[in-house]
Amino acid sequence: MLSKNEIIETVNMVDKEHLDIRTVTMGISLLPCVREDAKTTASLVYDRICKKAENIVSVADELAKTYGIPIINKRVSVTPVSLITAPSGGDGVIVAKALDKAAKELGIDFLGGYTALVQKGMTSYERKFIESIPEALSVTERLCSSVNVGSSKTGINMDAVRLLGEIIKETAAKTEDNDGLGCAKFVAFCNAVEDNPFMAGAFHGVGEGETVVNVGVSGPGVVHHAIKNMRGASLDEIAEVIKKTAFKITRAGTLIAKRAAKRLNAEFGIVDLSLAPTPVMGDSVAHILEEIGLSSVGAHGTTAALALLNDAVKKGGVMASSSVGGLSGAFIPVSEDIGMINAAEKGAIDINKLEAMTAVCSVGIDMVAIPGDTPASTISGIIADEAAIGMINNKTTAVRVIPVPNKKVGDKVDFGGLLGTAPVMAVSPYGSETLIARGGRIPAPIHSNKN
Amino acid sequence: MKAIVSVIGKDKSGIIAKVATALAENGVNIEDISQTIVQGNFTMIMMCELGDKISVAELGEILDKTGKDKGVTIRVQHEDIFNAMHSL
Repeated sequence: MLSKNEIIETVNMVDKEHLDIRTVTMGISLLPCVREDAKTTASLVYDRICKKAENIVSVADELAKTYGIPIINKRVSVTPVSLITAPSGGDGVIVAKALDKAAKELGIDFLGGYTALVQKGMTSYERKFIESIPEALSVTERLCSSVNVGSSKTGINMDAVRLLGEIIKETAAKTEDNDGLGCAKFVAFCNAVEDNPFMAGAFHGVGEGETVVNVGVSGPGVVHHAIKNMRGASLDEIAEVIKKTAFKITRAGTLIAKRAAKRLNAEFGIVDLSLAPTPVMGDSVAHILEEIGLSSVGAHGTTAALALLNDAVKKGGVMASSSVGGLSGAFIPVSEDIGMINAAEKGAIDINKLEAMTAVCSVGIDMVAIPGDTPASTISGIIADEAAIGMINNKTTAVRVIPVPNKKVGDKVDFGGLLGTAPVMAVSPYGSETLIARGGRIPAPIHSNKN
Repeated sequence: MKAIVSVIGKDKSGIIAKVATALAENGVNIEDISQTIVQGNFTMIMMCELGDKISVAELGEILDKTGKDKGVTIRVQHEDIFNAMHSL
């Protein structure tokens, strides 16, 4: 029998602490759409997505009303497009337009999967595909793109890393009128996961089923509230409370995911328990870290507090569902978190501290605006560093940086909505050209050899 | 199908009557009810059996209007969400 306190706790989590289902993401395999002619492929892709995800918005809205938990985003992820455009040479822009049109038809805000997986080698069609990313992101509104450049098993493809520095610069130039917004929809990964429901890095891996529903649950505000007033409590007591809170949130997510999958005639995939902040007050990961005991995020001790948070979230999540996947942990996007924005504005956090934090959080250097004149090789250097952290630590790492055209350190940029606002942060003035120009591969680490 | 109706807001006369009437009109049976007033804030929780006539979402919309008339927040939620979050 439910107690009154339990009922009020859940009601308050939604009303006062911003508990929500951040995204219901339907993964759709596009392999049956592959044809030699890109035009035909694009047309089949459009039809298939519109049919499979036809009811995603109405079903999510109905579930939100039934269970009294807001479902903020409804999204679709697809098979890496580089695979389905292989027979036609790799240029995927025509398919990109079809995907964008499908997203608009469905009424969803983002569709992910304009993706290539080149962690070991890059085929000619994959190179052509990656070269089409700036164009694809500039002629679409809702499409998200990603490239996996490394893994713990294969090492890091430094030719791809070099190329991506240039691709990011070109994307910023092509979306100059919107402060380089295209780059906010592009992620470079190491150890990319195939069932991530969160954008911009979502894609539907080839090891997945035909149609799968993955759900991303959030709730930084709920965790923050839970540890408020724990003055004097030891860190293991804090970890315990975070774990219990994560458990409850994940259970809510699992229920919604199972119901959504059933109603959408899809498989239930995973629940991704990620503390994903938004720019509104009371929805910040940085504020959790400050509640644990930092005068500002970025202070010495930030990495330790984040490690505790990330691990406790994972432990609570794993206890709550047998199907925890995706990225599951704490996100630290700068422009999407009011606590991070404030810390960046007062100079309490810089890109080096962010890099250290990515060794223990669930993703990477995320939504960081950098000066528009940053050289491509420096961006490649940032990607290489992140990929190395991911490769050695067997974790996913990512880079989503925006070299904002015509802006310099200290300027502010507003991407609007969930993408938020960010001050332009400094990068190292010292170059990485020679390292990046070498190309080739950083060999897989010794611990990859487990067979 | 069981649902939980929670009513939270400033205490006023006639809140219970108004909610109970709306429920009865829609064929909803109240199985358990509890209420408290903490510092002038009215909190009522009702465990209801919905029957076949109405869905949780539909009842939620009706009671949302009732809540706005009385200046309180009324939520209707399927009981499974509470069971999922609070029991092993």
